[in-house]
Amino acid sequence: MAFAVRLAALEAKIEECPPLIEEEKYRESYEKLKELLLPPVREVVLKSPKKTIRIGGKYVLFRHELRYHNPTTIAVDVEDSMEKDTIIKRVQMIENFEYEYVGQKLKLDAIAIRSVTNDPEKFAKTVYTVAENTTLPLILCSLNPAVIEAALDVLNPPHHRPLIYAATKDNWREMAEIARKFDVPLAIAAPGDLDMLVSLVKTLSEDIGLRDLVLDPGCFIGPGGLSYTIKAYSWLRYKATYDLWKYAKYPLLATPISVWTQMSGDPKDIMWWEAILAIMLMTRYADLVIMHSLDGWVLLPQVMWRFQLYTDPRKPVSVPPGLREIGKPDEMSPVLVTSNYALTYSIVLSDAERAKVNAWLLVIDSEGLAVDVAVAGRKFTGDKVAEAIKSTELESKVKHRVLIIPGKAARISGEVEDATKWRVIVGPMDSSEIGKWLEKNWTPEKIKEFMEEA
Amino acid sequence: MSNGVSERDKDEVKARQEATIYSLLAKIAEALEKGIVELYNVEIEAEELEIRLIPQQLPVPVVVTPPEAIAGAKPEVKAAYEVAKTVEVIAKKVVELARIAFEEPRPQFTGRVVEVKLGASRSEGGSRDRVIVIGGHTMPAYYYLVGYRPPHPPAFGGDIFDMKIGLPRAVKLAFGDALDNPVEWARIWVEKYGAEAVDIHLVSTDPTIRDAPPEEAVKTVDSILQVVKVPVVVGGSGNPEKDVKVFKNIAETFPSEGLVINSLNLDMKLEEVCPYIAKTNATVINFSPMDLDKAEQINRKVYDWISRDRIILDLNIGGIGYGTEYGFTAMERARLSALLGNELLQHPFNVGAANAWGAREAWIAMDPYWGPKEIRGPLWETLTSIICLLTGADYYMLVHPLTVKTMKAIREYLFSEPKPKDPEKALDWLSKSLPVF
Repeated sequence: MAFAVRLAALEAKIEECPPLIEEEKYRESYEKLKELLLPPVREVVLKSPKKTIRIGGKYVLFRHELRYHNPTTIAVDVEDSMEKDTIIKRVQMIENFEYEYVGQKLKLDAIAIRSVTNDPEKFAKTVYTVAENTTLPLILCSLNPAVIEAALDVLNPPHHRPLIYAATKDNWREMAEIARKFDVPLAIAAPGDLDMLVSLVKTLSEDIGLRDLVLDPGCFIGPGGLSYTIKAYSWLRYKATYDLWKYAKYPLLATPISVWTQMSGDPKDIMWWEAILAIMLMTRYADLVIMHSLDGWVLLPQVMWRFQLYTDPRKPVSVPPGLREIGKPDEMSPVLVTSNYALTYSIVLSDAERAKVNAWLLVIDSEGLAVDVAVAGRKFTGDKVAEAIKSTELESKVKHRVLIIPGKAARISGEVEDATKWRVIVGPMDSSEIGKWLEKNWTPEKIKEFMEEA
Repeated sequence: MSNGVSERDKDEVKARQEATIYSLLAKIAEALEKGIVELYNVEIEAEELEIRLIPQQLPVPVVVTPPEAIAGAKPEVKAAYEVAKTVEVIAKKVVELARIAFEEPRPQFTGRVVEVKLGASRSEGGSRDRVIVIGGHTMPAYYYLVGYRPPHPPAFGGDIFDMKIGLPRAVKLAFGDALDNPVEWARIWVEKYGAEAVDIHLVSTDPTIRDAPPEEAVKTVDSILQVVKVPVVVGGSGNPEKDVKVFKNIAETFPSEGLVINSLNLDMKLEEVCPYIAKTNATVINFSPMDLDKAEQINRKVYDWISRDRIILDLNIGGIGYGTEYGFTAMERARLSALLGNELLQHPFNVGAANAWGAREAWIAMDPYWGPKEIRGPLWETLTSIICLLTGADYYMLVHPLTVKTMKAIREYLFSEPKPKDPEKALDWLSKSLPVF
């Protein structure tokens, strides 16, 4: 029963029940259950020999209805007219992109290779170079079937399982044949024409029998363009999740990269709009985005918002409460108090480490809330701090009896003093000031002063 | 006679053809057995050597074969592969594009968000040249549902503070010395940067900052009302006791300007301020950070004095990376609930996008790869606002002019007829060489 509940909440996988898989008599039930648990949006798998990514697999339109699965894949492009050195450098930048946030490493996921030359041989060579230099799955981009086929001959699926982009109203027969031959997923592009898009879906899925499709209704900016784009992505996802319409039940691909051919002028303006389009489409249901800008400021908000959007709305992101060491603290090192909201915790930790201080970090159980919210909501209280001191046996670890609480918890300093009988000092408002603050305030004279007051 | 010969010839030709076909079929069978060729959508009965297409809509036999298997195969098996391919190609010619139309989504909603007016014109007893109406939604925002045109677009106001506070460099660059003078700051917002309203934050009244008396706050608001003729949003210091006093004075002094009081919350003694606001034509913002139960509670309380069409709801938002998803989901849930008929949540949303600057990535100096903070700051505010926009949020309090400019452009684009101008050019990105920096 417990397993069934977890299964229904999509917290457990059906494969975690071995008898269901192994025993022949359950075969039929297993198949039925599997069908029943399939998401309304098909999950499509892309692979490199080293990495697998899943796109789509969505169950709901709104995040609060359950949660979103399979965070939007972010791909950055490479083109086949680039010099080999430029390609390798760009691939390495994509591969090495990383930002640390709440203890997670936020990264990019895929490389989209575009055929600018329209030369199959040149494209195949570029694909080979990229594949040799990356661990990431690939997206092969060209409307010319001969170009795509040449690249697939090099990649030799199923070793690699790239996405091929794209079948259109003009080349769908040939592209479908290639997708079939190599058993790779196929994107369908019908910019500005939803009727054509679903007609192609119907033809390729029902008449030709392809299963792994990805849909691109087109990305436009400007008057008439942005509205169409938001409408198309919203309609497709609505039809898949609410109406379970079989011609919309595939992952959605968006191309913020297309601002580069729709705008001219200052590259910074183009990047600005690329960032906007990517944020909008990640919010409005894109399962994969292809970007051109590799600039940190364009990509940083994307990877951060993606992380947030795909967290489980039923569970705050938290770390276990307790006592942590920063550097090599001793019995006279300062004790910093913070909340167990993952973001607060990791920022305080990284700031204190960057400042090269030796200190104790007392993480209290604020139920995953940030300091200011926890103070307001009575989840960060004197009693909670006292409880944490007791459970961590802090009294046996330091000789002094001084606590440094966050500036944002200043309101409850008196309450913490009353509950703990420790001397409470209000620290800086932002943890980036911790280094400077301790340098000024945690001196032998001041410590003596604090101890006398305590 | 000649007839007999030709009959015999025919028979012979037919027999020969059949023999060829049978031998090829035999080879296909052999290739199938060895796993070199796989036929999809085709049923083979090996004993009779009969190929039958499985009855389904427009069947296409499809041949799948690993290239290395073909390379190493015997010539007759290769030939069989070719036959199988030919069958596939011929059959494929039969497949035509199955044209269908996209079936429009048709969700049903019965609720309606109230319309709320910001500012009062001369005919309404105020002195505003321009007033703003927000809300009125009967469908979720930006789903472009057939036959639905949203009654009112969102509006964008500019933030000003009544005393010098720590502001990011990007903001200092935009306003310069005006940051020392709220009246000048308001004027620049409206005249130079096109703010549609101004939001004065009376920070100086905070007892822990300057504890400026309500009379001083009244003077500041008065001078702003003189200089700009757009709606004015009056914000307190966030101290619940003091805000009650300040708001009471403001309401009594300016009963007919259609001010927006920012904001009321459950920590306040609402009975000490709401009766005074009730006597004016002011609007209030009810603040309930990311909590729909409390939002319903405060709205229910405030209804005792102030009519529903004078209440805006603020569910709070954090900048990207700092709890944005909580505010985002709170707004999505509240709006859906409102449209499904929950009257307690049928209010337009206010967004304090200035919170976006609280994200460290918006203001700290980072490794050069992440770009200058002067770009990251406005970008953070813009992107945070866009996320709120997609939930259907209505009024935005913004700090940076670039955010106002961008949001206005996005509003224009989103409210235009959804019809791309050059759909055939959409795929140009595939084949054009793009600049790399």
